Amino acid sequence: MALPKAKEDALAARLAALPALSGKGWLAAARAEALARLQAMGLPARRDEYWRYTDPASLNAPEPLPAKRFDVTDEAAPFDGMDRLKIVFVDGVFDAAASDDLALAGVSIERLATAEEKDIHWAQGIYGVLEARGQTPVARPLAALNSAFATDGVLIHATGRASKPVSLIYVHNSETSDAILHHCIKLDPGAELTLLENGPAAARFSKVMEVDIADGASFHHIRLQGRDHERRAVTHLFARLGAKSDLRSFTLTANGRLTRNEAVVELTGDEGRAHLAGATVGDGGFHHDDTVFITHAAVACESRQVFKKVLMNGATGVFQGKILVKPGAQKTDGYQISQSLLLDEDSQFLAKPELEIYADDVKCSHGSTSGAIDETALFYLQSRGVPRRQAQALLVLAFLAEAIEEIADEAIAEDIRARLERWLARHGSKG
Amino acid sequence: MLEIRNLHVKLQEEDKVILRGVDLTVGAGEVHAIMGPNGSGKSTLSYVLAGRDGYEVTEGSARLEGKDLLDMEPEERAAAGLFLAFQYPVEIPGVGNMTFLRTAVNAQRKARGEAELSAGDFLKVVREKARTLKIDAEMLKRPVNVGFSGGEKKRNEILQMAMLEPRMCILDETDSGLDVDAMKLVADGVNALRSDGRSFLVITHYQRLLDHIRPDVVHIMAAGRIIRTGGPELALEVENNGYADILSEVG
Ligand SMILES: Nc1ncnc2c1ncn2[C@@H]1O[C@H](COP(=O)(O)OP(=O)(O)OP(=O)(O)O)[C@@H](O)[C@H]1O
Ligand SMILES: [Mg+2]
Repeated sequence: MALPKAKEDALAARLAALPALSGKGWLAAARAEALARLQAMGLPARRDEYWRYTDPASLNAPEPLPAKRFDVTDEAAPFDGMDRLKIVFVDGVFDAAASDDLALAGVSIERLATAEEKDIHWAQGIYGVLEARGQTPVARPLAALNSAFATDGVLIHATGRASKPVSLIYVHNSETSDAILHHCIKLDPGAELTLLENGPAAARFSKVMEVDIADGASFHHIRLQGRDHERRAVTHLFARLGAKSDLRSFTLTANGRLTRNEAVVELTGDEGRAHLAGATVGDGGFHHDDTVFITHAAVACESRQVFKKVLMNGATGVFQGKILVKPGAQKTDGYQISQSLLLDEDSQFLAKPELEIYADDVKCSHGSTSGAIDETALFYLQSRGVPRRQAQALLVLAFLAEAIEEIADEAIAEDIRARLERWLARHGSKG
Repeated sequence: MLEIRNLHVKLQEEDKVILRGVDLTVGAGEVHAIMGPNGSGKSTLSYVLAGRDGYEVTEGSARLEGKDLLDMEPEERAAAGLFLAFQYPVEIPGVGNMTFLRTAVNAQRKARGEAELSAGDFLKVVREKARTLKIDAEMLKRPVNVGFSGGEKKRNEILQMAMLEPRMCILDETDSGLDVDAMKLVADGVNALRSDGRSFLVITHYQRLLDHIRPDVVHIMAAGRIIRTGGPELALEVENNGYADILSEVG
């Protein structure tokens, strides 16, 4: 089917600004298929149902809008002091000097650039494959664009229990950087891996992460999307879960002009468990969109979505979350909550929670709320001597608690609470 | 200690006048009681003193140890030594009682330029004071007032007061909803804090509490004014005869 003219033009403009498809061997084939998908879909437009609340223009544009880098000097980098294997990307380009040796017991790690030299590779079964599966029932053109044009990334294969977390660090350097990163992660049956991500990334940052979690494997993902104020980012997590496997993903977002985090999770084996959580704090020109799609395609799986946003001074939060329970996916336990705390009337929260259920023996609940801070509680705290700003921070942290509790590692959770406390001490509603 | 002069208060959003010229002076170390019919403005007076939003002072003044209370933020009033035990203590889901207490104690210490209490010291003091009020450790871990019974909430107010060691304590119907034993506990808690440098303003409907906490002065409030002031015998008079006589005397 031919694309509408506007979409065709937008895509042509974008493709003209991108380099010709590169890649060798298996990767070249995967990229070509991704490009074909993109050409069939076109770029997202505001009129697309899936982009009703978020304007993709700056993500589509041939050139990124410039974004000043923001050097954080008042707190330690995330995960500082943790024993982890560091892999650093500067403006989306692997930085060997700043990275650790890519050697870790229980895991093999390769750069995308090295992997494509091989004729056959395990990543063939994942790269662009999970992304392609995630294109129905809803199109995700920016993910296909990423698969076609990603310039760097890592392929991580966990064969056993990783001896320490793998930590991906994205450094923003150039004011006009346009990073496209693509990672594939495969966990063998029973394998365990914790993946940490942090950093402001680039002026414009596109990242796809495809994760294949085999039976009994467990994947923990903790991401801190840095304090860079002007960056724009679109990220996709595509995860496929086997029986009795476990996915936990938590994202903290503070600042950033525009963020669209999509998560597409497919529970394909019985008794799998997927928990996705996000805590977001935004001040002023801030637009944050969590778009989640969880498919229950097996029996007795559990999924949880816990997304909380604190918005002030005209910030916008978006949540689109869906639980799809396929026929036969009995004993599904699905929970979804999206809430926002609006610290003034200038800020807004747009939510579209959805359930689509084709099995009869399931337990699914969803709720979405948007509210102001409890003035009575605030006064109570103040009357005990707690300054207003601090009292507000206490109530905000209480609001975010349910999302932060999804982090399995208590030390990381504590660090994130402390970061939020400091952020709240720096930001306040002017409304 | 506390000096209230000709205080007039109306609701901010409506043209409703609640306090119509309250005069009240509480000296250092004194215990005063305020009684009065429902809706006479007792809680409003305590809220205005504590700095709650929604009220507008149209006339008059309120000073704590010479400092203009009405000019301060609620937290500044607390740091200056004012404490209000709420008639309806507020539930705060997600904030642990212990965290709440420690944050409050340390915020006030900081405001006064004192060092924060260490976690260990703090814990010791809280446990000790909680024990005398028969507040169990489990209650300290729960979110502030969430799922507390009426009596537990009131005891929790007294625990906060004991931890914060304010100089001017206002108790708004802290005795309401308490069983006989709990009332005794609360009264003992108050009496333990009585000292030359600390004053109390006890709002109550019942003589019972005043049997335990012997007030120096009793005031009767009606329609936004203090209409009579006397000794402890005034409370007995109310207990026996209700407010009808007093109200008609004043006219
Ligand atoms: N925020 C408010 N909005 C509307 N009316 C109010 C408000 N605050 C107080 N009032 C009214 O002002 C009057 C005094 O109320 P207040 O709570 O001070 O009385 P009180 O003496 O404490 O009564 P009680 O003995 O029942 O506790 C009442 O008529 C009450 O309805
Ligand atoms: Mg009252």
